[in-house]
Amino acid sequence: MSGVYDRQYQRQKFVEKLTPYLFISPWILGFFFFTLGPLVFSFVMSFYDWPVVGDREFIGTQNYEVMLTQDPLFWDSLWVTIKFGLFFVPFNIVLGLLLAVLLNQKVIGSGIFRTIFYLPSVISGVALVTIWAWIYSHEYGILNFLLGLAGIQGPNWLGDPNWALLAIVVASLWGLGGTMLILLTGLQSIPKELYEAAKMSGVPGWARLIFITIPMLSPMLLFTFITSIIAAFQQLTIALLLTGGGPLESTYFFAMYIYDNAFKHFEMGYAAANSWVMFLIILALSMMVMKSSSAWVYYEGEMKKGGNKDA
Amino acid sequence: MLRAFTYGALIFLSAMFILPFYWTFITAVKSVSELYQYPPVFWPSDVQWENFITAWFKQPFDVYFKNSAIVVVMSTIGQLFSSSLVAYGFARFHFKGRDVIFIILLATMMIPWDVKMIPLYMEFNMLGWINTLKPLIVPAYFAEAFFVFLLRQYIMTVPIEIDEAARMDGANSWQIYWRIHLPLMMPALVLVGTFHFMNAWNDYLGPLIFLNDQSKYTLTLGLSMFKGLHETDITSIAAITVLLCIPPLILFFFAQRYIMDGAIGSSVKG
Repeated sequence: MSGVYDRQYQRQKFVEKLTPYLFISPWILGFFFFTLGPLVFSFVMSFYDWPVVGDREFIGTQNYEVMLTQDPLFWDSLWVTIKFGLFFVPFNIVLGLLLAVLLNQKVIGSGIFRTIFYLPSVISGVALVTIWAWIYSHEYGILNFLLGLAGIQGPNWLGDPNWALLAIVVASLWGLGGTMLILLTGLQSIPKELYEAAKMSGVPGWARLIFITIPMLSPMLLFTFITSIIAAFQQLTIALLLTGGGPLESTYFFAMYIYDNAFKHFEMGYAAANSWVMFLIILALSMMVMKSSSAWVYYEGEMKKGGNKDA
Repeated sequence: MLRAFTYGALIFLSAMFILPFYWTFITAVKSVSELYQYPPVFWPSDVQWENFITAWFKQPFDVYFKNSAIVVVMSTIGQLFSSSLVAYGFARFHFKGRDVIFIILLATMMIPWDVKMIPLYMEFNMLGWINTLKPLIVPAYFAEAFFVFLLRQYIMTVPIEIDEAARMDGANSWQIYWRIHLPLMMPALVLVGTFHFMNAWNDYLGPLIFLNDQSKYTLTLGLSMFKGLHETDITSIAAITVLLCIPPLILFFFAQRYIMDGAIGSSVKG
């Protein structure tokens, strides 16, 4: 008899152990089928000459060699993406911070302003592109009309290689509502006493911003810094639809280069190698930002030890 | 002085954020004669509402709408269900490897879509899913890391005593999830549902890569097609753009409170 109870007890124990895994199983399965599997697959593909139809052939590191030494488009598109990032990342953070600081004052209707700033983040990339294409239009665009009122002759924004990338930066910045929201949340969690104490000691407003707000907000700034870099590297929809990479490939982003290699030239292996280079660059940049963060990110409740041993 | 500056800056910036919307809207309802007028007409004298209907019938937008609706509804259901299930698993159980698995889950948010795009295309191709809506729906049934994180944070704020009391009364883990946590999670589920709805509704690259046939197109693809087909038909492009913006905007207004609270909740309780 006791054997039956034993087995029952064992079974119950087993079910109890299994339950949590059953609950998280959707994600585990998804991880294998839609994340890890594809990652491994893509890594393997990057060592093959792998057309969509036809025979694949193992070619070792040839894809990587060709990309780095014989394909000028690789370097050109990488440079376009870096230029875009150099404009987009700082402006995204600084303007997001500016909006957040403005909204964090006790202003009437701050809810309405917050909604307005967030609105563009709600609409689709395709809608955003059609809106901006019409604004930038050389002949009928509202932007050049407004510039004309100020006596400035606006350029052909999307048709001029000198201006097209900047036009895409501006269109992308229109969607900085998400960054603003994150920084605003960060601002609201800074204890008010800090500001009051500083005010009483006669610290001026700009100094309060630099010596209280920025350090207290630094973990959030770190987060937005990394997500902005990732966003910059993945920039595809806007460029694809607004300029198609032109004029003169001045807006030919790295993500578009990958897309073309895969779905226009059907060089799946080569495109997989491209995408791994992108992954490694993003990873390296994020690591650098993280590493540097010990010097500029301040975590509350973490005492700074004397000296700078880790640096 | 400072207050005047604050309001001045806020109003100026708001105008900058609103103007593109307004400009698109009036472009959609302008008559042909006012469309190309210079200096531009900011307040159309002759508002042509029928432009929306004309634009709608220039392409099979009812088919696109049906496809978009199927994708959005089906995938949102899957996302809400799977993400909350997984979040409950992480929030309420101690099991071997939990913390490591959770860190892996968070790390997957960093992987660029471009890296997965090519192998996913091959994978769906092998399954025979290319040119069907499945690639846009099925993955949503396997929980998304960001939403799991958000919902887990939410569940962790619920006192564990509630679970224990229910267990005393004989409820099993499934019942505790289904009867207690799911209803309690409602505000967070609204947030997740809204975010997912917007992502699915606005998605362009997924449909672009996985769908070939016009009869399978979603609205975003249809709108982008417009650019190629009738490049000069600005009125129709603007009209469809306005229509495409309406559902996410309405949803956003209803869910706004949850979005703002959710953003605050997930960071403070982090």
